Amino acid sequence: QKVSVEVLHHLEHLALVDFRDSEGVERLQKAIQFADQLHEVNTDGVEPMDSVLEDRCLYLREDDVTEGNCTKELLKNAREKVEEYFVAPPGNIPLPKLEEQDTFLQGS
Amino acid sequence: LAPWIPVVGLEIHAQISSNSKLFSGSQVQFAAPPNSLVSFFDASLPGTLPVLNRRCVEAAVMTGLALNCSINKKSLFDRKHYFYADLPAGYQITQQRVPIAVNGSLSYSLCIDNKMSQMVTKTVRIKQIQLEQDSGKSLHDDTRSQTLVDLNRAGVGLMEVVMEPDMCCGEEAAAAVRELQLILQTLGSSQAVMAEGQLRVDANVSVHHPGEPYGVRTEVKNINSMRFLAKAVDYEIQRQIEELENGGTILNETRAFDSKLGCTVPMRDKEGKQDYRFMPEPNLPPLILYDAKSLPANMNHQQVINIDWIHERLPDLPSVKREKLVEQYGILPEHSFTLLNEDGLAEFFETVVKQTQMKPKKVIGWILNDLLSYLKQHSLTVKESPVSSFLLADLLNLLEKKAISSTAAKQVLVELWKGEGKTPLEIVKEQKLELLQDQKELEQICQAVIDGQENE
Repeated sequence: QKVSVEVLHHLEHLALVDFRDSEGVERLQKAIQFADQLHEVNTDGVEPMDSVLEDRCLYLREDDVTEGNCTKELLKNAREKVEEYFVAPPGNIPLPKLEEQDTFLQGS
Repeated sequence: LAPWIPVVGLEIHAQISSNSKLFSGSQVQFAAPPNSLVSFFDASLPGTLPVLNRRCVEAAVMTGLALNCSINKKSLFDRKHYFYADLPAGYQITQQRVPIAVNGSLSYSLCIDNKMSQMVTKTVRIKQIQLEQDSGKSLHDDTRSQTLVDLNRAGVGLMEVVMEPDMCCGEEAAAAVRELQLILQTLGSSQAVMAEGQLRVDANVSVHHPGEPYGVRTEVKNINSMRFLAKAVDYEIQRQIEELENGGTILNETRAFDSKLGCTVPMRDKEGKQDYRFMPEPNLPPLILYDAKSLPANMNHQQVINIDWIHERLPDLPSVKREKLVEQYGILPEHSFTLLNEDGLAEFFETVVKQTQMKPKKVIGWILNDLLSYLKQHSLTVKESPVSSFLLADLLNLLEKKAISSTAAKQVLVELWKGEGKTPLEIVKEQKLELLQDQKELEQICQAVIDGQENE
């Protein structure tokens, strides 16, 4: 079962990845096939495990102020800043729609 | 034309009142220099991990208990993914699968026809309460086409309270939120000051005809005052009705309330259905809470949260406080609402009652009619009142002893508002407002008046 172009496009939007070429898409398909093997196991009545930490104790921290006050250090990472604010574009820049794209996916 | 049934549900985000953030040790404070209350974790620098703040869990448990919820002894954390400049990690840690509290209820009261004397009690079901992170703040600079980001608020603990669509109009929504606000403030789990963004409300609104399925709903965001909440909800209900009656359709969209224009407008950046790709938060094991029965024997106390222990220490909720006021002082239920609605007014009233022989039923009139109306006229809080509870009690004692008349008492009060430090007794003497009790003196005055008449 192949992954449709619409699904690939949707994934690129959600995760901001670029499948780039047929090899990339093929790798994705193989990864899905590999994971699908899990369906062969009968899991009726079994609680799913979502973390190997599930039996660990979740550590609770006391409500004390122990960090912060490092504005200068944090802003060192900023490409652009204005008076101690990070600068970002005015809104999310939408990725081009499928029809408008000049990429590999368009051709497939 | 067939009648329309409006349906209103609410999602309320209350900032948890704590010293530090939900998953990090940076400080929680309103109005600090930009990016000064931000830790490496809050800035989402690689290699940092979330560490849960105990106080935030306690706040959520208290709130769940106060709202009659079942507390989930095991709850889970998840990641909700979306891209926005004020969400540096690209996801928010929340509780989507199993939140900390579920299935509660909130009772609130409304006045019928704006008459305080006719109050009706309504209930709204609480679907759930979940712990989650707040995002940073975006300041839009349209002139330079850029957004300035301050992460001070990023990571602050929130309790999201989800109210089922049991409400039908703006008035009900506002009343429910007001009662929730009072409960949160009484518990201390949130200061819930809307003006400081500590309480934010999103409304889900739809309309349908009786007997038909629910209509398409819209979400209204950006409501930042109680007044605007009622307006926004009512506007949206009207807009949907008009749209449908004109043959149009309602889009399942997110709209913002424009307070200047008094209407809702579609929000940009929120077009299309969001796919949040929820996944379990891999860095946090399940949150386990205990009660008296399940308390583990040899665990470090600091690592254990006991639901029963918290339950025993819950303060009297507003509804209980009101009942006690009515029972203890013989005042009307609507009076108890007004007393609790103003910060400090109930305490003021009780202090006056303790210091005066006047019956509470009479005192309440002075508190609600004279004191409160003056404060409102001058936009003062009870704490800022130039007339203290002692001064008022003094004045009411003079009235009770029949040393002055009711009219004179009001005159003294006018003088007291000036806050010049004079006592009621001093003012009475200054303005010669004493009631004459002496029979002989009264006879002399009357005689003098009659004699005066005879001489004309």
